[in-house]
Amino acid sequence: MGLMDYTAVELGKKIKAGEVSVLEAANAAMDAIDALEDKFNCYVTVQERAAVQAKAEELQKKIDDGTLTGPLAGVPVAVKDNMCTKGTRTTCSSKILENFEPAYTAEAVLNLEKAGALIIGKTNMDEFAMGSTTETSHYGVTKNPWNAEHVPGGSSGGSAAAVAAGECSYALGSDTGGSIRQPASYCGIVGMKPTYGTVSRYGLIAYGSSLDQIGPMAKDVTDCATILETIASHDPKDSTSVKREDYDFTSALTDDVKGMRIGIPRDYMGEGLDEEVKAAVLDAAKKLEEKGAIVEEFDLSLVQYAIPAYYVIASAEASSNLARFDGVKYGYRTESYEGLHNMYKKTRSEGFGPEVKRRIMLGSFVLSSGYYDAYYLKALRTKALIKQAFDKAFAKYDVILGPAAPTTAPKLGESLSDPIKMYLGDIYTISVNLAGLPGISVPGSLDSKGLPIGIQFIGDCFKEKNIIRAAYAFEQSREFTNWSLSGKEEK
Amino acid sequence: MSKQYETVIGLEVHVELATRTKIFCGCSTAFGGAPNTHTCPVCTGMPGSLPVLNKQVVEYAAAVGLATNCTITQYCKFDRKNYFYPDNPQNYQISQLYLPICRNGHVEIDVDGRKKNVRIHEIHMEEDAGKLVHDPSTGNSLVDFNRSGVPLIEIVSEPDMRSAEEVIAYLEKLRMIIQYLGASDCKLQEGSMRADVNLSVREVGAEEFGTRTEMKNLNSFSAIARAIEGEMERQIDLIEDGKKVVQETRRWDDDKEYSYPMRSKEDAQDYRYFPEPDLTPIVISDEWLDEIRSRQPEFRDEKQARYKEQFGLPEYDINIITEDKTLTDLFESCIELGAAAKEVSNWIMGDIMRLLKEKEMEASDIHFSPANLVKMIQMIESGAINRKVAKKVFEAIFDEDVDPEVYVEENGLKTVNDEGALRKVIEEIVANNPKSVEDYKAGKKKAMGFFVGQTMRAMKGKADPAMVNQILKEMLD
Repeated sequence: MGLMDYTAVELGKKIKAGEVSVLEAANAAMDAIDALEDKFNCYVTVQERAAVQAKAEELQKKIDDGTLTGPLAGVPVAVKDNMCTKGTRTTCSSKILENFEPAYTAEAVLNLEKAGALIIGKTNMDEFAMGSTTETSHYGVTKNPWNAEHVPGGSSGGSAAAVAAGECSYALGSDTGGSIRQPASYCGIVGMKPTYGTVSRYGLIAYGSSLDQIGPMAKDVTDCATILETIASHDPKDSTSVKREDYDFTSALTDDVKGMRIGIPRDYMGEGLDEEVKAAVLDAAKKLEEKGAIVEEFDLSLVQYAIPAYYVIASAEASSNLARFDGVKYGYRTESYEGLHNMYKKTRSEGFGPEVKRRIMLGSFVLSSGYYDAYYLKALRTKALIKQAFDKAFAKYDVILGPAAPTTAPKLGESLSDPIKMYLGDIYTISVNLAGLPGISVPGSLDSKGLPIGIQFIGDCFKEKNIIRAAYAFEQSREFTNWSLSGKEEK
Repeated sequence: MSKQYETVIGLEVHVELATRTKIFCGCSTAFGGAPNTHTCPVCTGMPGSLPVLNKQVVEYAAAVGLATNCTITQYCKFDRKNYFYPDNPQNYQISQLYLPICRNGHVEIDVDGRKKNVRIHEIHMEEDAGKLVHDPSTGNSLVDFNRSGVPLIEIVSEPDMRSAEEVIAYLEKLRMIIQYLGASDCKLQEGSMRADVNLSVREVGAEEFGTRTEMKNLNSFSAIARAIEGEMERQIDLIEDGKKVVQETRRWDDDKEYSYPMRSKEDAQDYRYFPEPDLTPIVISDEWLDEIRSRQPEFRDEKQARYKEQFGLPEYDINIITEDKTLTDLFESCIELGAAAKEVSNWIMGDIMRLLKEKEMEASDIHFSPANLVKMIQMIESGAINRKVAKKVFEAIFDEDVDPEVYVEENGLKTVNDEGALRKVIEEIVANNPKSVEDYKAGKKKAMGFFVGQTMRAMKGKADPAMVNQILKEMLD
């Protein structure tokens, strides 16, 4: 078993115990990157090996002298390329930011750094987190380590694939409509979107500000809870950041769901859901029932309105958030232009890819005068109703169980030709963002093609511990346990 | 002109608030400073940066609202106004559209004794933009973001004004209220107060408003008055010629005394306003509002009544002193330091007003410390300096805020009340002017003034006038 097969917490323990040096861990990650990047393209930017090694030595000293004592000290991590990292370019996988070096580091990343994390690179993503396949990146497509003919999902596809392929021990992703949970599901890893406001958005380059949330992507539930404990904080620089009392997420890692009330929305189990995925969800329900949980089906309602509401709200916010990329202050500027407006037009036409342009146009349209009430305001009302539907459900259930995505990973190129179909793939994840809830995707089993199926647990706001508890209990009960890809035969 | 026309005017007034830091970040709001030195990721629109609201902005805005009889929106929100311009780093401005902090207010104005209410539609909070600087050596435009994120309130009136005089009275009233609150210095020239004029004309008695234009770039009260006259005439001429007024934004050129169209309604921008997702709604609790209310200062009307009652000053003096917050503060500080109200008032009415006029300064430009004025008044009272010398000392205080004791000492201005020395000088003057002595003895009292003048000149103005008079009388009578 190689060092990159360990979970982040396992590797952290070995480093702390002196069984593995930070340098060895760093080299293992860099070796894996050297061996696999050509094939999977998980990263936009990989740090220089020498710089990583120097950092590793520095961290080792701090671990040795007792300055760093946390569970993640010295463990190699990858960060999605929409989080600002001072001195390391941050592109959002867009041409328009190809040479952008932030002057400051995102709060969530700073929290990792304080805990002694070894940041080895910035992962590929759909451009500005718009997409579900990591195919809209300006820096090439990322491939699914389970089968390189398939997509890793998106938009945090680079992070998911890097974790699955062992090109890092864990990663940070961001989730606006499923961008952590869906790629986690496709890549056979655990991905968690915390309650809106739990992790600071300061330094996360915004897509849909009211929906964006940073979260952990890792090999198991224990890692996720541990990482979340590290990155979550009340940040006065983010007005939407929430001060919580319960940052001890790892305390929920108990294999105990006795009496836990679990609801399965019938609306999630009907048309459009792949039969194998459905079977995996029902199997997960059975496992939890066997452990003493009370599982029943219920009608969540309004599920069909989540996708249109999401694309209106997220696109509207994006159309405004992405306005600052104009060639004036930083990033790409077109080579030749005549006057200011021509510069704006050419810079943005050349700098943004088609999916980003589509959403900017959609967002500008729904906010334009005469349409605001019909689209944006209606979408906001829908969002409020969806939240109410969840409130009603959580009056009865501790956790909602369902699929993370309707299918396993599609083949490369299948999705972009039909954007509506791609949008519909977010159906089980999107409403969680609209309601601001926490959700986690845990690998359940493999389908007949050998691709991972993700099981999603959704909790009420600030009830991360409920879903961590359910996800952990389920994880302990799985029949298929060999989720490590290293040394596996190439498909 | 056969028909009678009426001018209908509404104002949008932007006021820069006097907070120490910007509205959404901790950068300084200080005016000036090398370009882009008062900046951070937030006010330069760096990716990933987020705004955090400065509480003081809410308090100032609410205080202005309370002082202008507005209803305070206790649950209010910010919205984004989207438009592309390089001085606007995010290409959106954080402003308020749907739930502005203040609504439905009014202020009372007084034009030649006629009192009238001007209604305030709303007051909202927003951020200022940066500044574009053209570099003639390269032909490039440069952006300075020092002003980006400086807090503004925009006070939107109803179309209740009918003349330039009413507009000026309204602006002066707003300025006074805001200065009294300490919420802004309201300097038009420096741009800390800016007014856009919405103007239309209609026949007297007409029910409907005419088509309005919006006038920008008005940098002084006199420019506003000229722009209103000019625009009114332009619109009446159009109507008289059977042409139509076009709804548009116009830029006033005060040198040419003419306005030029900037953009018409057709190419008006769609700002695509929507609620600012990076800021949570502002909840102004009853307690907070009470706290703001309890901190409201004594406004002009109340002060005027008190000054009359407490100090017995003439109404004319009171009006001048209370017309400007700096003068009021100066007056009250001097009283607090122990000076007599009438004496302070005399200095304000006399030398201060004169110097302001001579030096073409605004009262708010006064920068000397009240303590130095009070010290000087005490020196007059103790006879350390005479009034004539005091005028000179005061100019030095006014210009350079000198300590009068030090200044008098260094410049040898202390009153000479050494009787022996004075007597010697006067004896000499009397001896050298036998003709004037004769005149005096012949009953020409004017000759006395001649001797006093000569003595003062010889003493370089430092003689104690009472003593000079006394000695002269002794010698001549």
